[in-house]
Amino acid sequence: MLSYASKRVVIGILTLLAASIIVFAVLEVVPGDPARLMLGMNATEDAVRALQDQMGFNQPLILRYFSWLGDLLTGDFGKSYTYSVPVIDLIKERIAVSLPLALISLALSTIIAIPIGIFAASRRGSTADTTAMGIAQVGVAIPNFWFALLLVYIFAVVLRLLPAGGFAGWENGFWPSIKSLILPSVALALPQASILARVTRSSLLDVLGEDYIRTARAKGLSRRKVLYHHALRNALIPVLTILGMQFSFLLAGTIIVENVFYLPGLGRLVFQAITQRDLIVVEGVVMILVATVIAVNVLVDLSYAIVDPRLWSRK
Amino acid sequence: MNIWKAFLFGTAVALLPATASFAAKTDLVLGIVLEPPHLDPTAGAAAAIDEIVYANIFEGLTRIGPKGDVLPALAESWTKSEDGKVYTFKLHKGVKFHDGTTFDADDVKFSLDRARGDTSTNAQKGLFAAIDTVESVDPLTVKVALKQPSGDFLYNMAWGDAVIVAPESADTNKDKPIGTGPFKLENWAKGSQIVIAKNPDYWGTPATLEKATFRIIPDPAAATAALLAGDVQAFPVFPSYETIAQFQADPRFKVVIGTTEGETVMGMNNKKPPFDNVKVRQAIAHAIDRKTVIDGTMFGFGTPIGSFFPPHHPAYLDLTAEAAYDPELAKKLLAEAGYADGFKTTLKLPPPTYARRGGEIIAAQLREIGIEAEIIPVEWAQWLDQVFKNKNYEMTIVSHTEPNDLNIFARDDYYFNYDSAPFKELIKQIDATSDGPKRIELYQQAQKLLAADEPAAFLFQLPKTGIWDAKIEGLWENGPIQANDLTAVKWAD
Repeated sequence: MLSYASKRVVIGILTLLAASIIVFAVLEVVPGDPARLMLGMNATEDAVRALQDQMGFNQPLILRYFSWLGDLLTGDFGKSYTYSVPVIDLIKERIAVSLPLALISLALSTIIAIPIGIFAASRRGSTADTTAMGIAQVGVAIPNFWFALLLVYIFAVVLRLLPAGGFAGWENGFWPSIKSLILPSVALALPQASILARVTRSSLLDVLGEDYIRTARAKGLSRRKVLYHHALRNALIPVLTILGMQFSFLLAGTIIVENVFYLPGLGRLVFQAITQRDLIVVEGVVMILVATVIAVNVLVDLSYAIVDPRLWSRK
Repeated sequence: MNIWKAFLFGTAVALLPATASFAAKTDLVLGIVLEPPHLDPTAGAAAAIDEIVYANIFEGLTRIGPKGDVLPALAESWTKSEDGKVYTFKLHKGVKFHDGTTFDADDVKFSLDRARGDTSTNAQKGLFAAIDTVESVDPLTVKVALKQPSGDFLYNMAWGDAVIVAPESADTNKDKPIGTGPFKLENWAKGSQIVIAKNPDYWGTPATLEKATFRIIPDPAAATAALLAGDVQAFPVFPSYETIAQFQADPRFKVVIGTTEGETVMGMNNKKPPFDNVKVRQAIAHAIDRKTVIDGTMFGFGTPIGSFFPPHHPAYLDLTAEAAYDPELAKKLLAEAGYADGFKTTLKLPPPTYARRGGEIIAAQLREIGIEAEIIPVEWAQWLDQVFKNKNYEMTIVSHTEPNDLNIFARDDYYFNYDSAPFKELIKQIDATSDGPKRIELYQQAQKLLAADEPAAFLFQLPKTGIWDAKIEGLWENGPIQANDLTAVKWAD
């Protein structure tokens, strides 16, 4: 039992270490000098050199990697070149937007998708099934930035019920902040829900075709009982995998929606930092994201074992 | 009970706009496209820094006014010695920095010496190159001695990069800007918004606004929605040209199209064949239809230019006829240069729309005269590295937004690789001449010289597309310097 869990965790840590080397190495070879970028087209050569010295770019690569890694382990993410504030503070501010946004979207998409998936699977081939899956197909196809613009037009420009974008900030109250997250989370949740509904349906259908389902029916259980007690639990593993992937995507891959709603989230921070060659911020955020993805995957792996207890005994 | 509650709520909502309109509003939300990396104008080139702090938070000895003229700021007056080499500034009395420390001549000396010192990271260090010594005579008098007379000196001291900072706060201005201006920083929610509030202890005419919020909205579609929804009330430099017509038709908004100091040019590497041949450069200039470029990239907003000079300047000459669209002439010039069949080249384009969209249109126009330009999109960091620093390029498009930057064509080792002794001589004379008809004459000679030599193909002047609530007064129409000066902004009653 312990071996399954500890193995997952050790693999996670090793992946994180490998990621740190790759992230650092890749960003080192990216062309472009942050000092020159900050000082622009009119800068004199000695001003650029003075800034390079100030930012500590003139040390050997290996030395810089180990001092960066050492600082990371003690929770010190360094100081942003452009903002000149600690990277960790920037990340904290952004996570306060991105995490609630991801959680609300995930909750929304789960609440919508799983019942629809179960409903469609249990009435396979019916008009209701075809309609639901048709709508889901459209949901997958609609680009979320377009859907976002549509939502803004209806709810902010015409009805003026919700802000067109921006983030009120938690310090200005819970409700104004939630209000600024409603439209973005709906825009994000729709395509996610569509995917999830389709996965739930097909995974459930696979399970319903298994021999043991027929056995269960044969021994006299009702369709309903078989569906909820025998089939659903076994169909959950692919659904959990997708949920885990969606969470990671929602945390960082939302840059387009963050742009449409000008939300100060993690995605925009990375994008901005890359264009400004604020490499230390990119490194910090990417490491946090890698850590999150790994943590979510470990959790998903562990939750498989809850759904399917046989996994505990497997080596 | 429920009905009663609903009634009360309904009445309150109905009354809300009415009561709000009794007193004129004193707060304003402005949209900006780019977030400044930090708020210290003496340590970065980003225009976004000056768009927040110039004239609002920080002030210099002199300042640029809405029409581009040099006005007194922290210096109430000045005198110039006979030989034009010594300026004596008389400073305002009773000026305090936002942290309560007193402003005096020592702060001026500190700021100017810091900007031109060995460890200076000032993005415009060249502005201070003419200064020989700075001396604080008494707390309210500063004497600046120049190495040689400089006609631009007072103008240079008005740049955001030349603002006066205090030694106590200079190192922390990036995050906590401490200036002498009519507003001070209240809060900066990174990635979201910057809030400035009125400085109650301001030495000069106090601001009318109590509070101004700069909200960062990089996406053009989001900018449109934010204005329409009333989330922001002013967009001094509106990024979505395609939706401007919609606002022009809406009486709730005022649309103001002004000019800026941004000359958009297609730079050519003057040392790299075939661009070392003036006939090839002239051919390219004649092959470009500026109107199509402006219509296609800027939805018609922007003024065609034939040389490198802003059209709103008193010394401006309209030289667009010198490079008029004429593909036949262009072909003839190419043939004379020995390229009757054209040639293959590259066009490196940085991210702004004017470059990416404009580049595609120009490449199509060049194909008409036989020049195959391969388009290579680059990021800003790559552009600065490959094109600007290492001059590893053939053609590129960029807007030069700095004011008063005619002299870039006289710089050695600048990315155009243009080297003209007569032009350098003209710039030298301009620099040594104070304002007046003589200087205008020299400026016009310089414009003509560039129009004939075509070291770059001059395309158009970037517009300042301002959109704001029709009840707002006092925002700048033109952009003689990149700034959002809020000192005179107010809501009409």
